Amino acid sequence: MSLDTATVRRIARLARIGIEENETEGLARELNGIFGWIEQLDEVDVSGVAPMIGTGLATPRMREDVVTDGDRRDDVLSNAPDRVDAFFTVPKVVE
Amino acid sequence: MTYRIEGRTGTWEIVVGLEVHAQVISQAKLFSGASATYGGAPNTHVSFIDAGFPGMLPVVNRECVAQAVRTGLGLAAHINVVSRFDRKNYFYADLPQGYQISQFEHPIVGSGVIEIELADGATREIGITRLHLEQDAGKSMHDQDPTRSFIDLNRSGVALMEIVSEPDIRSPEEAGAYVRKLRQILRYLGTCDGNMEEGSMRADVNVSVRQAGEAFRTRCEIKNVNSIRYVMQAIEAEAQRQVEVWESGGTVDQETRLFDPGRGETRSLRSKEDAHDYRYFPDPDLLPLVLDEGWVAGLKASLPELPDAKRARLEADYGVTRYESGVLTAEQAIADFYETVARGLDTRLATNWVLGDFFAALNRTGRSIEDSPVSAASLRALLGLITDSTINGKIAKDVFEEMVDTGDEPMAIVERRGLKQVTDTGAIDAAIARVLADNADKVAEYKSGKDKLFGFFVGQTMKAMAGKGNPALVNEALKKQLAD
Amino acid sequence: MAADTPNALDMSLVEARDGLVRKAFSSVELTTAALAAVEALNPRLNAYITVTGDQALAQAAQADAAIAAGEAGPMAGVPVGIKDLFCTKGVRTTAASNILRDFVPPYESTVTANLRRDGAVFLGKTNLDEFAMGSGNLTSAFGPVENPWKRAGSDAALVPGGSSGGSAAAVAAGLGFGATGTDTGGSIRQPASYCGITGIKPTYGRCSRFGTIAFASSLDQAGPMARTVADCAVMLGSMAGFDAQDSTSVDRPVPDYLAACGRSLKGLRIGIPREYHAPGMPAEIEAIWQQGIAWLRDAGCEIVDVSLPHTKYGLATYYIIAPAECSSNLARYDGVRFGARVAGGTLDELYENTRRAGFGDETRRRIMMGTYVLSAGYYDAYYLKAQKVRSLIQRDFTDVFADVDVLLTPTAPSAAFAQDEKPSDPVQMYLNDIFTVPASMAGVPAMSVPAGVDAQGLPLGLQLIGRFFDEETLFAVGSALERAAAFTHRPALRASDVARAGIAS
Ligand SMILES: [Mg+2]
Ligand SMILES: [Zn+2]
Repeated sequence: MSLDTATVRRIARLARIGIEENETEGLARELNGIFGWIEQLDEVDVSGVAPMIGTGLATPRMREDVVTDGDRRDDVLSNAPDRVDAFFTVPKVVE
Repeated sequence: MTYRIEGRTGTWEIVVGLEVHAQVISQAKLFSGASATYGGAPNTHVSFIDAGFPGMLPVVNRECVAQAVRTGLGLAAHINVVSRFDRKNYFYADLPQGYQISQFEHPIVGSGVIEIELADGATREIGITRLHLEQDAGKSMHDQDPTRSFIDLNRSGVALMEIVSEPDIRSPEEAGAYVRKLRQILRYLGTCDGNMEEGSMRADVNVSVRQAGEAFRTRCEIKNVNSIRYVMQAIEAEAQRQVEVWESGGTVDQETRLFDPGRGETRSLRSKEDAHDYRYFPDPDLLPLVLDEGWVAGLKASLPELPDAKRARLEADYGVTRYESGVLTAEQAIADFYETVARGLDTRLATNWVLGDFFAALNRTGRSIEDSPVSAASLRALLGLITDSTINGKIAKDVFEEMVDTGDEPMAIVERRGLKQVTDTGAIDAAIARVLADNADKVAEYKSGKDKLFGFFVGQTMKAMAGKGNPALVNEALKKQLAD
Repeated sequence: MAADTPNALDMSLVEARDGLVRKAFSSVELTTAALAAVEALNPRLNAYITVTGDQALAQAAQADAAIAAGEAGPMAGVPVGIKDLFCTKGVRTTAASNILRDFVPPYESTVTANLRRDGAVFLGKTNLDEFAMGSGNLTSAFGPVENPWKRAGSDAALVPGGSSGGSAAAVAAGLGFGATGTDTGGSIRQPASYCGITGIKPTYGRCSRFGTIAFASSLDQAGPMARTVADCAVMLGSMAGFDAQDSTSVDRPVPDYLAACGRSLKGLRIGIPREYHAPGMPAEIEAIWQQGIAWLRDAGCEIVDVSLPHTKYGLATYYIIAPAECSSNLARYDGVRFGARVAGGTLDELYENTRRAGFGDETRRRIMMGTYVLSAGYYDAYYLKAQKVRSLIQRDFTDVFADVDVLLTPTAPSAAFAQDEKPSDPVQMYLNDIFTVPASMAGVPAMSVPAGVDAQGLPLGLQLIGRFFDEETLFAVGSALERAAAFTHRPALRASDVARAGIAS
C-alpha cells in the first residue's frame, strides 16, 4: 500500500508533530520505502496464531489500596516550563 | 407511556444509549499510590506516575478491580476472569501521558441488565453492554487567566468504571430512571458515591431518532452531562434537533456535542477535520488482568442485598405496598433505618411513622438519613411506648417533636413531662363525672338522641386529663356513665 | 597496581573492586583518575553528556568509608557510567534529546538505585541515540560519539554503535569500569561488538524498567556493558532484581552470576542457527563465527545445526512494534509538565511546535511510523500482524531451546563503520540490528563477547543467546569464549594513554 502526502499530514497531525508543506513529499517517499520493506511480512502465514502481547514471563500482580504517594507538589512542578502558583499552564483552551 | 416526537413528515421514536462514568470508591488511584480523595490543594494528590513523568510505570490497584467486579455482579453481568488494559491515545492538556489507560477489546465486565421502573409503575429492562476500568484525566480551568488554561492533576489516574448501556432507552424518562437506578445500585454496593455535583458520576448520552420500523440512524454523543435532569433535557433537545435536521432534508453527522443547560440546547464540540483515531493497543506496561475465580466468588458472597431484592423482601416481610417499598429502598440507609424500627413491631404503625412523621421531620430539619436527629433505636422505642400503652398516639406525636428538637430518648421525655397514659379507671371515672356535671345541658341533649356529642365528651375528658387518658378506657367509661 | 599508575584504568571491574576491598587503593584515588581521564578524552569521544565529578567523589568517599567499615557492597567504590536514559535524582537526564535537555528527574531509576545501594560510583551520564533509537549513536542531540577504535592507518571517526554508544565507547576507552546500557533491539550488544567489549541484555523482566525512560516497553531491558564477562556478571548481579513498581518485572531470585563464569561447558549443546548466515555477510564475520564454533567444540560442547525459521522477519516485525509503542510512550513529551516547550497560540500549536523542535529526525520518523501502524484501517495489517509474527519468532526460540542450551551467532553483520558512511536509507541503517533483534522480540537473554578483529583491526563480537532466565549459562559460555579468544586488542584512544601522557608531561 502506498502512503501519500495526505496520509503523512494526517499522521503528523495525529502525532502532533509540526511539518512543513515542503517536507511531506520527502517524508512520504521515506516512509514508503520503509513500509515497502516491511511488506515482506505478507509472506508469513499467521493463520491460527495468537498475537504475542508481552513476553508472558511475569506473573500478574496488584498493588494494595493504600495511599503511599502524592504530597510532592513542588517536585511534580519542578520541571514545568510554565506554571502559575501550583498549576501547569497551556494556551487557553476554548471549548 | 410511549414517548414520540410528532414531526412534519411523521412520528419519530428516540433511541438512547448511555455511557456512565462512575468514579470508583478507593483510597488510592487505579495505577498509583496517590490519594483518590476528592478535593485537595492543586497538584497535591499527584505521583510522578499520574503526571506521566519519564520512566514511570503503572501497577493496578486490587481494590479498584474488586469494585469493578462487585459492580458487575450487582448488574447481574458476566465477569471476565481475563481482561486487559489498552491505551487510548490522544493529546489533551489534562491527559499527562498522552494516552488514557482503559479497556477496549477485553473489558472486565461483560453484558448485564438493569430493571427500571417508570412513573406509571411499568418496568423495563435496559441491557448493559459492558463495564470497563479506566483512568480519569486531570482538570483544566479556563477562567482564571486571560491567555492560559490551568491544569490540576489531582484527578489524573483516579479509577473510573465506564458502564455502557445497550441502545434500549426510548424516552427521557427512561434515561432518568436508568441513571437513578444505576446510581442506587452503585451506592448500595459501595462502589461509587454517585455524587454528580462532584463529578463522581457523569454520563455520555448517545441519541438518535428514527421513524417506525426503521433501523438505527446516525447517533450523536453528548459528552459529560452531570445531572439526571440535564440528561433528560439534553435527550429532548438533541432528539428535537435531529428530527428538524432530518425533516429539513439534511443529515445528522456522527459527532460529539455538548449540552448547554442555560440555552437548553446541544452544540457541536469538535470540528470535523479533527477526526478521532485513538489508536488503541494493549498497554505493554501492564499484564493481562487475571482474576482468581475463588476471589470473585468471595466478592459475590459478600455482596449486600440489592434494591430489587430488598424491595421484594420488605413487601413480603413487612406488608408494605409497592410504592412504599420503593420509597423505603431508595437508599440503603433508609431501608436499614426502617427495618431497625419495624422489626417485631406493628409494621403498619412503623411504616406510617417512618414515611410520615419521620420523613417530615427530616424535611423540616433539612437533614439526611445519615445525620438524622432521631436514631432508629429511639424511634423504635417511641413506637414501643405506644404499643405497650405507655402513651397514646397523640401524645407520641408531641414526644416525637421534642425528640427531634432535643435528641432526648422518648421515655425520658415522657417521664420528665409526666405524659404516661392514665389507665386508673377511678381517675378516669372521676374526670368523666366532673365533665358530665359541668355540661348537664349537653348530657340532656345527648340523651335525647344527639349521638354526635359523644366525641365532645371524649375531647372534654381528655382535655381534663391533659391528654393522658387511655382512649379505649375513656370511651368505655363514658359510654357506661352516659348510659346510667 | 596503584590507582595513579597509567594502567590503573585498564584494570577490569573485578580487579578494581578487589583492589578497593584489599585497600590497595582508594575509591577517591580511582575516581579522581577516572575523572581526569574523562576530562582529557571526553571532549573528543563525546561519550558522556553530563559528568558528575563532585557527586562521584562524594560517592567514592562514602564507598571508602563503607570499605573501611567492612560493609562494602559488591560494586563498592567502582566508577561506572550511566546511560543517560536512566533517571537519576537531581542529575539532568536527557535521553539525548533536546526535548529533555534540561530535565532533572526528582526520582531515581530502580537500576541506578540498585547500583548505588551496592556502592557504585557514577562518573556521569553517557551519550546515546536519541531516546535509544539508532544503531550508530548518530541521532543524539548532543552530537555523535566517536568510537575509540581506529581502522589501521586511518583517523576516520567511527561510530561506536548504538544506541548505548556512549556507554560502549566510555568502557572501551577506560572512562569507567563498566556502564549501564539498555537494549531494545540490540542497543547493548551491537555497540559492545563495535567497541570490543562485553554486554548482556538479560531476560525481559530481569531488570526493572522503573525510572528508565521508555522507548518500546515490551522490548526495553537494561543490562551491563564492561570489558570482561566477569565484570558484566558482577554488574548485572547488582542491577537485576524484582521490583514491585514494574508490572513486567519477574519475581525470582538473582543468582550468583560471577560463580557461573567458571562453570564447565562439558555436555552443553550449542545451536548454530542456519538463518543467521545472512546473504552478503562479510567473510570475516563468517570466519569469526566459525572460529567461535571451534572454540566451543574444543571446550567440550556439542555443536548442533538448528533452524529459527522466522529470523528473517524479526527486523520488519520490530520496526512495527517498536515504533508503535514509541509513538505512544513519547506522547508525554508535550511541553506542559516537563521538558522543552516551544510556544504556540493554541494548545495544538504548542504541541506541534514543541514536538517538532524537541525531537530529532529519527525520533520523529519513528513516532510517525508508529502512529501510522496503529491508526484506523492499518492496525490489523501492521500491528496485529506483527504481534502474530512475534509469537512465531518466540516459538522458534522455545522450540530450539528444547534441544540446545545456547545459540551462537555473530552479533552484528559488520564492524564499526565511519560516521560519514552513515547510509542515507533508514532501512540500511536498521539492518545493523538484524542478528540482535530476534532475541529481543522473544525476550530471551543474549550477550555479545569480543572474539577477534577484522583485517582493519576493528573488533568483532559473537552473540550468545540463552533460555529465559538462564543468564548463568551465558556467563559460563561467554567466559569460555573470552578465554579462548584471549582478546587483548585495545582501542587507539584510551584513558591509560592519556594518563601516561599526563604523567610524562
Ligand atoms: Mg465515552
Ligand atoms: Zn470512558
